[in-house]
Amino acid sequence: MDEALLRVLTPKVIGVLVRRGAGFAAAEDAVQEALVEAVRVWPKDPPREPEGWLITVAWRRFLDTARADAARLRREVRVESEPAPGPGRAVDDTLWLYFLCAHPSLTPASAVALTLRAVGGLSTRQIAHAYLVPETTMAQRISRAKRTVSEVRLDRPGDVATVLRVLYLVFNEGYSGDVDLAQEAIRLTRHLAERIDHEEVAGLLALMLLHHARRPARTGPDGGLVSLAEQDRGLWDTRMIAEGVDVLQTALGRDRLGQFQAQAAIAALHADAPTAQETDWVQIVEWYDELVRLTDSPVVRLNRAVAVGEADGPRAGLAALAELDPCLPRHAAASAYLHERDGDLTTAARLYARAARSASNLPERDHLMRQAARLNAGPRG
Amino acid sequence: MAKYLLLKHYRGAPAAVNDVPMDQWAPEEISAHVQYMRDFAARLEGTGEFVDGQALSPEGTFVRYDGEGRPPVTDGPFPETKDLIAGWMVIDVQTYERALELAGELSAAPGAGGRPIHEWLEVRPFLNEHATTTE
Repeated sequence: MDEALLRVLTPKVIGVLVRRGAGFAAAEDAVQEALVEAVRVWPKDPPREPEGWLITVAWRRFLDTARADAARLRREVRVESEPAPGPGRAVDDTLWLYFLCAHPSLTPASAVALTLRAVGGLSTRQIAHAYLVPETTMAQRISRAKRTVSEVRLDRPGDVATVLRVLYLVFNEGYSGDVDLAQEAIRLTRHLAERIDHEEVAGLLALMLLHHARRPARTGPDGGLVSLAEQDRGLWDTRMIAEGVDVLQTALGRDRLGQFQAQAAIAALHADAPTAQETDWVQIVEWYDELVRLTDSPVVRLNRAVAVGEADGPRAGLAALAELDPCLPRHAAASAYLHERDGDLTTAARLYARAARSASNLPERDHLMRQAARLNAGPRG
Repeated sequence: MAKYLLLKHYRGAPAAVNDVPMDQWAPEEISAHVQYMRDFAARLEGTGEFVDGQALSPEGTFVRYDGEGRPPVTDGPFPETKDLIAGWMVIDVQTYERALELAGELSAAPGAGGRPIHEWLEVRPFLNEHATTTE
């Protein structure tokens, strides 16, 4: 049973049904039912043409539902087995789905859920498990999202930035349940990059690959976070890094810089250093300067301050940090790190403990608490 | 999305505006209150923001380990000065402001005289299971 194949076919089949005249919501429902049927039937009786099989079953389901609805409404149904042509589109069906599912009229959470189902081919249950909410809640979120976009007419590509934001959100979610959302985000971004020639799509793909390549080293044997400087670089996935760098270089060659390319460039410089000490911090600060210019984001300025601390010494980093709002997330953590590097261990320990109290996730809280405990325990640690 | 706990206290929160103990309400006021809570949860299910809701019995016992081969030690119930949790609702919402808005609505559940209780609910953010990738 090739689940990966099923998932690749999902958006294609939805696209075919919509082109034949089905509404998006009805088409999506019908394809989900066909997927369930495929999971049931294929292991014993694999089809010769999986795509054709799915289209036939989904289209039949759609017709059944449409007829039932029509009967309920006591009106004539005009849908017959001869499909009516849908609105013509200049973009391919799958690409059209990416834009629809990330439509700006949706909240980010709805766009994420809809993308994972209609483009990713995941079931509502899998998405609910991944986001740790009840299945009924996720089902409602998805059906509301479908209602929201049901009136949307897309005859040309929308803003690719909205799609990238959604994919990046999925990537950053980590994983629970049986779906690895980071890998799923990479898969969807890769498919998008195959369909649309856009430097920021490539930039995001490169960023994901470069970050994902380090994942095995990011967690220690005790399950705790391992900071970049302390990671065992032998655990990094060099093939994935090579691919990320390759994708990034092609994107940068087009000379249309965007924030994902700049972030990927920073990740590539980390990946390029054989040891933490050999990291090219001066160049990293230059990329952060680009990022500040592109995004004007306070979070980027915070990361830049830490990089300045590495390039020009902790005092310079603290000076850069002093210009920022202390209420920023991770401000205390950055300040603690720079104070430790500056030799002020008492202040650093106090700030690590404060940072732990304001952390928004468990691994980070535990990591920061261990840093505070390490410093409080003194040099013998 | 972020998850928040809306925590309801039997004791330990500041006094509500309409602070009449439930055993002094009219029976239909209790029914109206229960219905309001049900409707609230159902509405959140509909908006895709509901995660969990539970009520707790006020009878609790403190328990602790007492060493190898010994039964755990129990203690309590404790005097009325102690903070006491009545129940909770867990929501998954887009923003902190939305969490506050929903807590405000939940606090408007009707009590004595059919008027809103205006009880104080505690809003606590969950710690995520995952670290976001930041390097």
